[in-house]
Order: sequence, then structure tokens, then C-alpha cells
Amino acid sequence: MNFDRSVRRKVFSRGMTVLTGLAIVAIMVPLVAVIYETLLLGGADLNLGLFTNGLPYPCSPQPGVTCQQGGLVVPITGTIELIALSSLVAVPIGIGAAIFSVEYGRESPFARIVGLVSDVLAGVPSIVAGAFIYALVLLYDPSIVFSTISGSLALAVLMVPIVARTCEEALRTVPNSVREAALALGISRWKATLRITLVSALPGIVTGVLLAVARSAGEAAPLLLLLGNACTHPLQGLNQEGCALPLFIYQGATAPNANYIALAWAAALLLLGLILVLSVISRLTLNRMAKRMRGG
Amino acid sequence: MALSIDSPKMESQNLSAFYGGSRAIQDINLQFPDRKVTAIIGPSGCGKSTLIRCLNRLHETIGKARVEGKVLLDGEDLYELDATLVRRRVGMVFQKPNPFATMSIYNNVSAPLRFNSHPSREVMDETVVRSLKHAALWDEVKDRVDSAATSLSGGQQQRLCIARALAADPEVLLMDEPCSALDPIATAKIEDLISQLKKDYTVIIVTHNMQQAARVSDFTAFLYLGKLVEFGPTVDIFERPKEHLTESYITGRFG
Repeated sequence: MNFDRSVRRKVFSRGMTVLTGLAIVAIMVPLVAVIYETLLLGGADLNLGLFTNGLPYPCSPQPGVTCQQGGLVVPITGTIELIALSSLVAVPIGIGAAIFSVEYGRESPFARIVGLVSDVLAGVPSIVAGAFIYALVLLYDPSIVFSTISGSLALAVLMVPIVARTCEEALRTVPNSVREAALALGISRWKATLRITLVSALPGIVTGVLLAVARSAGEAAPLLLLLGNACTHPLQGLNQEGCALPLFIYQGATAPNANYIALAWAAALLLLGLILVLSVISRLTLNRMAKRMRGG
Repeated sequence: MALSIDSPKMESQNLSAFYGGSRAIQDINLQFPDRKVTAIIGPSGCGKSTLIRCLNRLHETIGKARVEGKVLLDGEDLYELDATLVRRRVGMVFQKPNPFATMSIYNNVSAPLRFNSHPSREVMDETVVRSLKHAALWDEVKDRVDSAATSLSGGQQQRLCIARALAADPEVLLMDEPCSALDPIATAKIEDLISQLKKDYTVIIVTHNMQQAARVSDFTAFLYLGKLVEFGPTVDIFERPKEHLTESYITGRFG
């Protein structure tokens, strides 16, 4: 009887271990497959020309015709502009909201509402954020509805809740004793917050910003709506139509020309690489912070 | 109980403190003599920490906390002055050492200067060295003032916090169970330091350790359930307490 039970227990335990292991594999397979496929198809065209050349003439190889490979300088620059501009808007707002709800609001009902609002905002579909900015910018200045500026604003809407939430978490990990130490020295509340509490929470804040950037860098829907289409143009101003890596991936992948399809894969590889790097850096900073909080 | 001290440095008058609806201390009338060590003793939860947190207006920084009554510093009511200025005159050392983990030893000690008065580099260097010497830490850290504050031992960190408090140039130093997180050797060092500090500062120390109160203090106040039971010279409190409750507590019958 006893023997039976222990055997059953062992079999059950093994079985569950295998099942949970399979779950890990099920998660890993799509990730590895995506990276593998993208490396395979995008890696072939990876060269420095990607960063310096504009898009080529659409072309498919035929006898007697050599196609230009071209490059992604316009979508790359566009993505950088979008990230910079949207961060410029979203990071101060997100950090400000987090400081308010953790440092000043604390137990007030308003701070809880701010938290709730940023949760709801985090769940807003990106295309809805895009439509919202479309309507808003249209009211303000119809001539810049399709521009890098309005694209950035839509991305900022998506970034704010991520920055706010992760910053809140980061500020909450700063022990209260740090705030009291600062106050007890006669340091004013806002100086203590900005120059001591916020600095202590910096790794967590950096993580939040990087995650938000990673999220918005890969976002396509609001850009399809707002960025217009200037991928084939040389670089234009921020108030003009623009281009971005995700937008070009959509265009390139649906184009009939071989060199565009190849470039779309290269763009996919760059975007994937950017997001992987951001995720890894943010994870590393978070680990470093956790280590420091443990006193290591 | 009705001990009167000539020209006390600090004085509480009918001081009560609340957390929301619950009262932590009630009608405390105490006088803290200048350049002496006053110990506040009593069982856990009797309001010792709340009391000293009212003396530098830190109590009110907690949500829903509230204070009634007066606290006089050189005859002026703290609660009518600017809170940050009060805290520069009344320094505090906490139960657990709380150096700024992101800063070096030097930057910890210079923090009150860098954030409050922005003096010249020379003045700052001089203050840091003096404060570290005053806190009996200089000899141990003079070769590594730029290393992280967290690289110090617990006892050293607590002395660093004392040095940091002294750098703000306070008149009164509050200590909230400064040794409860420390080992006996580190405790002995802090106790030695306290007897040095009273030459220049009025020291008010909360402790749950009665031997410590007997060793370091000149005056002792005994709190029980948020009320002041007895206050007097430490020798009197420990050798001939007037109140039965005080005697029961110091002889270890409860608490």
C-alpha cells in the first residue's frame, strides 16, 4: 500500500515536471522561431548600406536587370525621431504622475484614481490611441495630422501608463527610512523627492522608460493612421509625413518587389534586435537595483 | 513628576499626538535640560518614538497624523516655525541606520550642506571631517570617504548617520533607539559617543534598554500607555522612583 503510494507520487511528480517543461518549450518555440526566421531572411542583407542608403527603386531580379539593395536610413531615422519625441512627452508626464501618487498623494483617493486611470490607459488599444490623437490634432492644426509629431503623440499616449506604473513601483521600493532621513536633515520635501528618492529609484525608472520605448518602437497601428507615407522621400521635418521601421515592414512585406521584401526582413531584424537589446538592458538594470536593495 | 528645570532647551506643553482617530501620546509635559542627555523609557508601544518624532515635526509627515499642544525650543513654539528649519535645529538619528545608499560616505555627511546651504568646497570638507571626527568615525573612514556608505558595517553606518545629523549643525539631537539594531561592541561605541556629544548638544534618546538609559542619561522620563508617569534625574528614577508603576517597570515586573 505504502509502496504503491510512493510510486504514484513519483509518477505524478515526474509527469507534472514534464508538463511544465513542455509549457516552457511552448513559450520558447515561437520566440526562437521568430528570431531564427528573421535572422535567416533579414541577416543576409545586413550591411552598413542599410544605415546610409535610402529606399531603392522597386525591382525584382530578372535576366539582364540588377536590382539595387538600397537602405533603411529613412525608416531608421524616423523611428529614432518618434522615440525621442514621444519619450520627451511621455517620460516627464509618467514620472510626474508616479511622483504625485507615491510621494504626495499617498493615501488620498485622488492618487488611487490616478493609478486606476493609468491602468485603464495601459489597456487602451493602440489604434484607439491613434484615433484619439488624430481627432485632437485635427482640431489643433489639420496640416500636421499626418506627421511625425502626431505619430509621436500617439506613441506617447501608449508610453505614459507604462512609465507611470513602473516608476510607481520603483519609487515604492525606496524605503521610507530614506525619505525620513532626508526630511530629518531639514531638506525640503521637493528636494528630497527629486534629488534623493528619485535618484534612489533611478534604475527602476530607467527600466520603465526602456520598456515603454521598446513598446512604442514596435508599434505600427497608430503610425499607419498618423504617420502618412514618406518612406521613399528623403528625410523631412517633424511636421511632415514620416516613416518608421514598423510602418516600412508593413509596406515592404506587402510590396510585390523582391528587393522591398528583402528590406522588410532586414527592417524586422533591426527592430527585433532593438527591442531585444532594450529588454535585456532593462532587465539587467532591474537586477542590479534588486541586488543593491539587498545590500550587495 | 513636577520637576522644574531652569531654562530648558526644549519643552513640551500638553503635547498629544494622534494617528487618525487613535491617540498615541496624551498631555505630555516635559522639560529637556540644555546639554544633558534625557532618556525616554517605557514598554513597546507606549509612545516613546511618537513623542520624539513630535520634537522635530516628523510625526506630522505621516498621512492622517496630527499633533496638539506645544513644543518649545528656546521658548519658541516649533509648530509656529517652518518645519524644515526646525529640523535643521533638531537633528535625528533613527532606529535602523539609514544612510543614503546611493551616496558615498562623504556625500552622506555633506548632504545637509549640499541640499540646504550650498557652502564652498573648503567649508564642506572642513564640516565633513569635523562631523566624522565628532561621530568617532573619522579614523575608520579617512582613507575611503569616497566609497559607498553601504560598504560600512551596521555600527559604522549608525555613526555615519550621527555624523550626517551633526553636519546640519543642530542644537538638539534626537535618537530613536539608536543601538537596537547593533551588536554590543557597536552599542558601547555609540554610548561613549553620546556622553561626548552632550558637551555640545542637548541629547534626547529613546531606549527600551533600561541599563542603557541608566548608563548614558542624566535625566529619565518614563512613559506608559502614552502618558508621562515620572520624570527626574536618572539616579532618582532608577534608585528611588516615586511612582509604583515606575518601580515595577524598572525592576522588570512588566514591559
